[in-house]
This record gives sequence, structure tokens and C-alpha cells, in this order.
Amino acid sequence: MSARIQISPQAKRGEIIEVRVLIQHPMETGYRHDDVGHLIKRNVINLLSCRYNGVEVFRADLSSGIAANPYIQFYTVAETSGELEFTWIDDEGQQGSERQPIVVSG
Amino acid sequence: MKRVRARLVLAAALATGTAFAQERAIPLDQLKPGSAFLGADLRSLQADEFANPGTLWVERGERLWREPAGKKKQSCAGCHKDAQTSMRGVAARYPRVDPASGKLLNLEGRINACRVDRQGVEPLRYESEELLGITAYVARQSRGVPIAASIAGFARSHFDAGEAAFRLRRGQMNLSCAHCHEANWGKRLLSETISQGHPNAYPAYRMEWQTMGSLARRLRACLSGIRAEMLPYGSPEYLDLELYLAWRAQGLPIETPGVRR
Repeated sequence: MSARIQISPQAKRGEIIEVRVLIQHPMETGYRHDDVGHLIKRNVINLLSCRYNGVEVFRADLSSGIAANPYIQFYTVAETSGELEFTWIDDEGQQGSERQPIVVSG
Repeated sequence: MKRVRARLVLAAALATGTAFAQERAIPLDQLKPGSAFLGADLRSLQADEFANPGTLWVERGERLWREPAGKKKQSCAGCHKDAQTSMRGVAARYPRVDPASGKLLNLEGRINACRVDRQGVEPLRYESEELLGITAYVARQSRGVPIAASIAGFARSHFDAGEAAFRLRRGQMNLSCAHCHEANWGKRLLSETISQGHPNAYPAYRMEWQTMGSLARRLRACLSGIRAEMLPYGSPEYLDLELYLAWRAQGLPIETPGVRR
């Protein structure tokens, strides 16, 4: 599962920063049938979590209403330099993770 | 005498120029890319370098570009080096006739020919994630370059066949491509505006598919929509049609990876 993360690499202490996440995933709803009529099993990313230097700052429970290749945008406050760690898991138990460093000045 | 001859030459040039212009059902200055028929949300998604979902495939293509393949351990980058310079403008010239084999190739066909001849590996399956990725990566390097496919020489017969395919009535609805995309573009078909049917954003991410797809997949979707028989991927008729579409879209800038409805 490939993913793209975008945050501004440099921020001032106390600044509100935008975090953008795009994950490649089919987000299979469980309502579709394949070419020979069998139901395709539901498989969606059900949890996305973001930790900022070990502390969870964002968590999303996703379900079958979310389109394929989900794009998620949220905000957090820049406190100290370090890294943001993103983890997600789908219904089949496949896990993905991505890290992004952040430099905080002031 | 000299002046008369010069005038004659000028008149002849104007005559051929006019004849050529008359062949175009939609004049060049009225061409609109598919993105012009989208809502503001999809247009801004396509323009967003980060959130455009097609970038996921472009990035995959970039990794594949550098990946050595086959016994020769040859990668695309091994010969073509940096795609940003070597592939700039390439997608705008396809489909084109391969001088070595004499066959008409689109970008997918060119990539697969390279894989077989130069890398010594199996061709990638049409519509596979890998082929979509490399094609999107190569086409991405031509973003903004106007389409300029050649219909001269050996390409001419393919172009004529492509035009015939464009105008052929098909399927239970007995429609040709021209009925919608030439005679009725800009009008509504249920909730959607009919586009001019230009290929300049492909491979593109289509909301209906929830994934990336090739131009051939888009053509198949159109044929399915008019309840006509869908031809297999990579069939010569699609290639001819792709060349005709490229000529029709001459001058429109490449938008790959496009976002479409």
C-alpha cells in the first residue's frame, strides 16, 4: 500500500499545520460482485492513526462509504521537532505506515 | 510573370490549407479538453499536485522506471536516463508508427515493445497497475506539451481507418463517436455534459472506476454505453482510433494524470 504524506517540513512553535494524507487502497465496499457473480468481500481501511512524537493527535474510523484511495486532511499544532508517524490497517489485516519528519523553530 | 507565379503558389497553399481546415469538424480554436466539462471540484482535484489520486500511479511508474528487469538487469533509466528530460514531449507524439516494425504503437505499445526488445522481459498486461504506472509516469513528463501526432506517411492509412471507426454507427443504439462528441458536445446527457472526446488526459483517474485507466478502457466504456461490442485491449481498431483522436485534439496540452468523472 503506497501512500503520500504532505506537511510543511518547517513550522513555528504553536503554529497550526495542515497534514494531508493520500493512501492507495481499493476500499472495497462489500456490495460489489465480480464478473462471474460472486460477492467481493468487503475490504476497507478501517483505522488511520497519526502519532506526533509518540502521542496520538489524530484518529479516523473509516468505513465503506469512503471512496477508493482515500484522501484525508487534518490540522495539528506544531510543538517540538520530531516526526509524525502514520499507521493504518484494513479489514484483511494489512498494515501500512509512513513517517514524516518535522522541524519546529522558536 | 514572377509575381503571378508567386500568387499561384500562395493560392495553392491557401487552398490546401483551407481543405485541411475543413476536414476538422471542431475548429482548432474551439477545442476544449475534457477538464473543461468537469465541475469545479474535479478540476481542482486534477490541478492539485498532491491530492490528485493519479499521482499514486505516477509515483509507482517512477519506481518502475528505475527498477532493473530481466536477465540483462536493464531498467528504463539505463537507456533513457532521466525521464524528466528524455521523455519530455514524447507522449504528445503518440500514437506513432514504429520505424523498425512498421506497426502503429501507442505509448503502452511502445513501452511493451521496449520491454520485449531491449529488456528481454515479458510485456506488461494491458490495464495492469504496472503498465498504467509507467505509462502515466512517461506521459506526466509531457504535461502542458501540445498534442502533435503525425498522420503523414505510413500513419495515414491508420488515420483513415481511425476516422472511419470514429464515424461508424455501432451497437443497439446505432450511434457513432461523432454523434455525441462532434455533433452534440456541450449538451446534456442526463446529468452530464457531453465532452468533445479528447484523449489528452489519459491514463486518467476516473471517479466511476475509482481507479486509473487507459484510453482503451475509456473507449471500451463508451462502447458499452452505446451497447456496442467492446473490442479486446490493444486491438488495432482502437489504435487507429487513438491516432484519429490525437489528430482531432491537435494542440491541446497533455494533462496526464487527468481526473475525470
